[in-house]
Amino acid sequence: MTALLLRDLKLSVRAGGGALIGVLFFMTVVAVIPFGVGPDLNLLSRIGPAIVWIGALLAVLLGLDRLFQAERDDGSLDLMLMHENPLVLTVLVKCLAHWLATCLPLVIASPLLGLFMNMSEAAIGAVMLTLLVGSPALTFIGAAGAAVAVALPRGGLLVSILVLPLAIPVLIFGVSASYAAVEDPAPFLPPFLILIAITLFFAVIGPLAAAVALRHASD
Amino acid sequence: MSDNSLAITKLSDLANPTRFLALAARLIPWLACLTAVAFAVGLYLSFTTEGDYQQGETVRIMYVHVPAAWLSMMCYTVMAVSAIGTLVWRHPLADVSARCAAPLGAAFTLIALITGSLWGKPMWGTWWVWDARLTSVFILFLMYLGLIALNRSMDDPSKAARVGAVLILVGFVNIPIIKFSVEWWNTLHQPASVIRMDGPTIDAEFLRPLLVMAVAFTLLFFTLHIAAMRNEIWRRRVNAQRRLAARMAGREQ
Repeated sequence: MTALLLRDLKLSVRAGGGALIGVLFFMTVVAVIPFGVGPDLNLLSRIGPAIVWIGALLAVLLGLDRLFQAERDDGSLDLMLMHENPLVLTVLVKCLAHWLATCLPLVIASPLLGLFMNMSEAAIGAVMLTLLVGSPALTFIGAAGAAVAVALPRGGLLVSILVLPLAIPVLIFGVSASYAAVEDPAPFLPPFLILIAITLFFAVIGPLAAAVALRHASD
Repeated sequence: MSDNSLAITKLSDLANPTRFLALAARLIPWLACLTAVAFAVGLYLSFTTEGDYQQGETVRIMYVHVPAAWLSMMCYTVMAVSAIGTLVWRHPLADVSARCAAPLGAAFTLIALITGSLWGKPMWGTWWVWDARLTSVFILFLMYLGLIALNRSMDDPSKAARVGAVLILVGFVNIPIIKFSVEWWNTLHQPASVIRMDGPTIDAEFLRPLLVMAVAFTLLFFTLHIAAMRNEIWRRRVNAQRRLAARMAGREQ
């Protein structure tokens, strides 16, 4: 399992720089927003947390279709299916590796974008914290979608369409927790705890569904 | 499998498509007649009962809107049960059922959205509000369309059904979360300002036609669903025959 984790990490960092492209996409999406809404700093600081969250969501979706596709292309997916380790565990480890390689850089890059958006320090910290906690849920949901995509000839776009509605709760609670940290009347802890609960919930559902989909897609 | 409960053996009897087709041929005329009668009574009641003292005649939109919205949720439940049937029992009709229910569900959701929008314009003064209920129904509509697209994009129907079943089940688990989270989100940003009709508080004058219309819509759903399943089985048979014919033609030469 550790070997698999290291292998996936090395592959995503070395081969083609897929992880860095995700961060680049994230920054580009966020940088495009001011061109659309105008360079009004007050407005930007108000909608900043939401923009950073949506950018992160899109960036995670962008990298997802590669989660199982490369393994299928070179045949190692079949080896994983036949291995004596439970497939759910393998999928979970692959999700973790994917999260470390593509989502963690997003979390690290988010304070910089927060500065661009003229957000206060508390808001930047809250966005970073919620992204850290919430982005695993996006990966786990996306794993189920990526497993479905393996069976499709050209699955990338369709998977985004299927996964995006399922990711709405994560977005809602992530953004509302970020806003609650800045605005006084709303408490920060309830949405944050719900976000953690959603992440844990999908840590179970996502790999399970992905494993079932992979088994059925392969034969 | 064989020593399971009676219900499963009965359901597995239906796994024979010919037996199902015979049952469908007997059921569809009856269901169609019942649907027509229920719609006649429901529409008559809908148009003869009094209008609301505030909303006037527009309250009649409710008799189409509310049953369609119920049906949109029931249809997803039917799909989820079929998905379990596909994954657990490998029931051959379950994937046909899930595949045929998706367009129906999308159609009912679209009807609910459009009539709701028509109703919202005179009542709320706007076609669309990002209210909790509207938003979650809209997301449900998007999920139906995504599942239809998934079914269309795969060549092998049985593989498409099994992979689609996983997504249907994930979506089914997720729908309560989405609904709950959207309501939460809504109360944060927009305090309750939307008129909402709860079932028990509604007057009996409106309740009667509403219930009759709900029965009519449910019957309509099952009629269309069984008919669509029959068509799908026929379509697969025609495809199989064509493939067979093509193979025979190749052999003759």
